Amino acid sequence: MRFVLPLHEIGEKDRLRVGGKGVALALMAKRGLRVPEAVCITTQAYREYAKLTAIRDQIVMELYRKPFKEMRWEEIWDASLRIRNFFSRTPIPPGLRDMIMPAIRSAFSGKIVSVRSSAPGEDASKTSFAGLHESYINISGEEAILNHIRLVWASLWSDRALLYRQELGLDVEKSVMAVIVQEMVQGERSGVVFGKSPMDESQAVVEAVYGLNQGLVDGTVEPDRWILNRKTGAIISHHAALREKALRPAPRGVRLVSLSAGLKRRPPLEQRDVAEVHGLVMKAESLFGVPQDVEWTYKTDILHPLQARPITTSSASEEDERPWYLSLHRSFENLKELRTKIERELIPAMEEEASHLARRHISDLSDAELADEMDYRRGIYNKWLDVYKRDCIPFAHGMRLFGQVYNDVVHPKDPFEFMELLVGAKMVSIERNEMLRDLASWIRREPELEACLKQNRLDQCDASFLEAFDAMSKRFADLTWGEARFGQDSRRVVDFLIEMASWPPAKETQKTESHEELMEKFLSHFDGDQRSHAMEMIDIARASYRFRDDDNTYLGKIEGQWLATLEEGRRRVGKRCKMDTASIEAGQIIKALRDETETPEACVLPEKGLMEGEFKIKARQLVGQPAGPGIAFGTARVVQDPSDLFQFKTGEVLVCDAVDPNMTFVVPLAAGVVERRGGMLIHGAIIAREYGIPCVNGVADAGKLIRTGDRVTVDGHLGIVIIGEPSLKDAEAA
Amino acid sequence: MKKDLQGLFESQRLAVLATQNEGQPYTSLVAFTASKDLKQLFFATTRATRKYANLTADSRVAMLIDNRSNKAIDFRWAMSVTATGKADEIEGREKEEASKLYLAKHPHLEEFISSPGCAFLRISVGRYYVATRFQKVIEVHVKP
Repeated sequence: MRFVLPLHEIGEKDRLRVGGKGVALALMAKRGLRVPEAVCITTQAYREYAKLTAIRDQIVMELYRKPFKEMRWEEIWDASLRIRNFFSRTPIPPGLRDMIMPAIRSAFSGKIVSVRSSAPGEDASKTSFAGLHESYINISGEEAILNHIRLVWASLWSDRALLYRQELGLDVEKSVMAVIVQEMVQGERSGVVFGKSPMDESQAVVEAVYGLNQGLVDGTVEPDRWILNRKTGAIISHHAALREKALRPAPRGVRLVSLSAGLKRRPPLEQRDVAEVHGLVMKAESLFGVPQDVEWTYKTDILHPLQARPITTSSASEEDERPWYLSLHRSFENLKELRTKIERELIPAMEEEASHLARRHISDLSDAELADEMDYRRGIYNKWLDVYKRDCIPFAHGMRLFGQVYNDVVHPKDPFEFMELLVGAKMVSIERNEMLRDLASWIRREPELEACLKQNRLDQCDASFLEAFDAMSKRFADLTWGEARFGQDSRRVVDFLIEMASWPPAKETQKTESHEELMEKFLSHFDGDQRSHAMEMIDIARASYRFRDDDNTYLGKIEGQWLATLEEGRRRVGKRCKMDTASIEAGQIIKALRDETETPEACVLPEKGLMEGEFKIKARQLVGQPAGPGIAFGTARVVQDPSDLFQFKTGEVLVCDAVDPNMTFVVPLAAGVVERRGGMLIHGAIIAREYGIPCVNGVADAGKLIRTGDRVTVDGHLGIVIIGEPSLKDAEAA
Repeated sequence: MKKDLQGLFESQRLAVLATQNEGQPYTSLVAFTASKDLKQLFFATTRATRKYANLTADSRVAMLIDNRSNKAIDFRWAMSVTATGKADEIEGREKEEASKLYLAKHPHLEEFISSPGCAFLRISVGRYYVATRFQKVIEVHVKP
């Protein structure tokens, strides 16, 4: 078994153990192209490592928690982060290390290298997607090289790779990865050339930037672009970039630096360079037989190909959400821009839109006019929903990016430890909860006030209390939950406050390590410039964490305005046909409003029983993911409807589809939280962690398999929910 | 659910039978088969066995049927089903009907079950406890 192969020993026969990238480099080197010195760590080394360390088994446990198709992208990311942590915390066992190290030492002693993925099958025309796996550049030192080999191995299980490999069955036994360790060419100008343009088959495309290629590949640096005649190499057009920065090698990686005034003016390639790069891609094409996509760099005017692979055109269909998902991965620079956009443009615009809608009165509209208004508001809401999906959700990647960096330097046992550093950023829903809590303790303190409120004489009760209550209602009146609005019915809110007041105040959560200690633990790995960059990253991550809630809250206000018309529409249609219209969908309501004669079909939902013939199915224990540590026991309250929410009693276990930011107010009362929607960084998990409440999410069919009144145990350490008395008192008598 | 159970029962030849003697649990590997409606499970044993003595004294039994492969992947892919119920010996027509099913699955046991010392037993299942993915447990209550 060979764990390391030098480039000159690699041939086509090795494709399965060195991957397409390895074979391509070897072939180019054989033909005299100036490929940097490289060795390949074969898939056999990966296999050996996964077997010896039992990581293979851990991946199985993590990945098959539930059927892959049922996992949301956030759950996939979580699983992927946990798997990555296994790799980054598990060193290569000494025996295996001894077999890999000598070849690396003799090839690269004292040199700086890049460590690149080369997964077999990665370049196969159907599964090739650039950037699915990780590559690291500017690495030096034996330990660092070995560590990065493990990180490249881990990227076989990156969220992106998982999504794109799911069709192949994600077989843990068969999934393997080879790694190329390549001498780093610290090029001054770099880029990518496509032998055949995906837009026009008669053309080739050259993209070039100053500095290292990474800046272009991850989208941080905008490239100059040349469109060429594919056959002759003649330049058809040149699109100059706004040249500002370049990615250059720096201690512990790379950094973005500003270009000199001279370079800003000059394109990175001269005409003769463009021709040389075109020559390179054509040579690669004749070597491999199909059009190629080649990464290259110029160092002291010598052109080096860095990697080559066949061009593939993605044939993603409209419904395929994976390209959108890939677009969620943003570079740090991009996140900074996104933050400015969200803070300065989107949130103010959303607020403006909501108050604009609030000024339009609906009660005196005719039915037909109301239908028009519904269409109008729904259109506006959908427009903002798109904006939310396009700009706000990707910004959540800020947390993920930080989490990965944190884990890389701190190597914590809990891969989600980084979240502790994000808490503390105050969220709108937390603020509302604090106001509710204050009002509740007011009631608790003053029995007279409580008696007064209970007797339904709101206007006769303590005036200063009412003032505070009104202030709270006004502030959050337009918030929605499902199709209910918070300010819709103050009686319900008052009853809820009385319920809150009837219990002793919740105790403060205790943290094991303080923010300051964790912060210092993280920052101690950086110095100088790197330290301020690290702090900037925390700042972005915190903003990302906060927006995760806030932007949703602002969107909720717009949604509230749309729902107000829907409510009014339902009321009118319900009155006309004398029936309950609560579950009739919006389109039907609009249609009914416009057509005097038409009455919507009856809206009795078929009773969904879980009976299969004479078998009665009952869940005993359900698996989700551990989203908030702790163990809780209590009576389940399944919240499917706003009225369920207001009936929530202290000490119950909240079971729902997903804790919406607008229903957060009941969370502090809950003993535990169970959600169908999964993810460590989704709102419910964040809030549960914030309050120190055990939480399990990603439980398929949670709302169906658990019923209000069931006694449940929420195990937030293991991610399981047990239904029934813990002591199994209900054991059968049979 | 029913389909999953049927699939598992068809795929497995052997099951673990649990009986007890004055509180001492006792397990045995037995060849089994299930009725079409999954309300009954059948197995056979000679009357001189400890399991036969145990279930004659206390008819309450449990049976475990699983498809583990003895690899780590079992923690996520294996399915294991515990059936609980009461066992009784059947004879005559009932035995004739059930042994047809039984022999279709275990043709090589024809001589065994027709030998005079062999008892043919039926478990009337009260509940199935179905565990998948290591920790997901669903109870199936069977109507008598």
